Amino acid sequence: MNAQTITRWMEESASAIGENRDYLTQLDAAIGDADHGANMDRGFSAVVSSLDGLGDQPPGRVLIAAGRTLISNVGGASGPLWGSALRGAGKRLGDDPEFGPEDLADALDAALAAVVELGAAEEGDKTMVDALAPAARAYRAGLGDGGAGSALDTAAAAAEEGMRATTPMLARKGRASYLGERSIGHQDPGATSAAIILAALDRAVRAEG
Amino acid sequence: MSTTEHVMSKFLNNPDDIVPESLAGLEAAHRDLVTVDAENQVVLRAGGPVEGKVALVSGGGSGHEPLHGGFVGLGMLDAACAGAVFTSPVPDQMLAGSKAADGGAGVLHIVKNYTGDVLNFKMAADMLDDDGVQVETVLVNDDVAVEDSLYTAGRRGTGATVLLEKIAGARAEQRASLQEVAAVAQRVNDGSRSFGVALSSCTPPSAGSPIFQISQGEIELGVGIHGEPGRRRGQLGSAAEVASQMATPILDDLGLESGSRVLAFVNGLGGTPAIELYVLYGELSKLLADRGIEVGRSLVGSYITSLEMAGASFTLLELDSELEALWDAPVHTPALRWGV
Repeated sequence: MNAQTITRWMEESASAIGENRDYLTQLDAAIGDADHGANMDRGFSAVVSSLDGLGDQPPGRVLIAAGRTLISNVGGASGPLWGSALRGAGKRLGDDPEFGPEDLADALDAALAAVVELGAAEEGDKTMVDALAPAARAYRAGLGDGGAGSALDTAAAAAEEGMRATTPMLARKGRASYLGERSIGHQDPGATSAAIILAALDRAVRAEG
Repeated sequence: MSTTEHVMSKFLNNPDDIVPESLAGLEAAHRDLVTVDAENQVVLRAGGPVEGKVALVSGGGSGHEPLHGGFVGLGMLDAACAGAVFTSPVPDQMLAGSKAADGGAGVLHIVKNYTGDVLNFKMAADMLDDDGVQVETVLVNDDVAVEDSLYTAGRRGTGATVLLEKIAGARAEQRASLQEVAAVAQRVNDGSRSFGVALSSCTPPSAGSPIFQISQGEIELGVGIHGEPGRRRGQLGSAAEVASQMATPILDDLGLESGSRVLAFVNGLGGTPAIELYVLYGELSKLLADRGIEVGRSLVGSYITSLEMAGASFTLLELDSELEALWDAPVHTPALRWGV
């Protein structure tokens, strides 16, 4: 895997977020303020526009630049959180021109650690961590049975399962936490976009063929 | 008609341009008071930075006008960063606004306690620190409708923001140090509590439909300023009953004793006319009188809004002679002006 993989991941993420823009907005309207779809769409569109200017940067640098673009364009909580996630993953990959399945496991862990540190959220708080954490675990466990592609299938499934599991949860972080008990019964928009982005990573790596 | 087919009745050219176009209009209307950095969506005090004065920089999502851009000028803010509607601005904006406003005496960031605002301002403060700009941050978290516990994002910043920007701004005009300005700002926050209610939802331009549905005769109790639903829904009672529902949790939380003096702020959320706000104010003043609480100063009007939401909030700030004098000090901004 190389910088092309990351570029493809960002493009896949942008198009999937774009397709789900209204869906994310509807989820956010139920327990937040109806801006998640528009914000993530704006951010990932900006990332895709910036990719051309990156030339022959190594994959880690592409991720760091993408994270910086999200921080500068998204706003809200998602901008700093996803921006820090991608920068954390990018720093872990470093300046090597290629990365292997194990490096990707470390990068996913670094992304999760960055989100947990900045957002101070834990699993069960009804946030993006509820999709990211099980996905990072499932990917590393899945590497024992096959390559990055099949491990990512498992990770994307785990993210989706984690996303669905947020529905009965009581929100403890972010704007949904203001609703208290009324946050129960709604799927978390942040966990949903996280599952979308992890599914995009799966497709991007699978496309290596 | 489904919500997705809802047609927005708003004065718009293009929903995506509402923030820059509104900022351009603010600048055109008040050239003597503000200039707008259009690229960064930052409203700056005209003629700034003010040499030797602590700069007050605030910001947040748009949709709360006149907060924050309408409070830029003499005796209040030096810069206001406008995010997308209901979305916090990005660190680059706070970086640009803080650098443009810094008069060499340091910068006070006034941040409403929402996860996005807190994270983006924190990133900006870290970057400013790298660049050698002195920054202090005060978090506004006055909303008693939100339980303050380790298991929530904490209380929201609402009506107290207006009072804090006015009072800290006056302290900065006296050429107080950054620490002194931050201290009085903190004191305003600590002595303020708010509670909001809504009779309608609001429609963010990018969403195109109301955030929630509410029937005639119903009231959302404990709303914030982003169109989000409140803590619970009830039947709409008389103005006297609603005033009591709003004032009681504030008074209980502040623990004010008979003989205390307060600043009483009745705020409209965007879609409630002044005639109703004054009905609420009348009820609030009666409730306060019944408890032996003296109203030292008052403010009634729509100063921190949630687009076109029909609703209101109460904010009470316990006063002392310093806060009262700072409240009375001259202010000249697009939305608040006296003493000049």
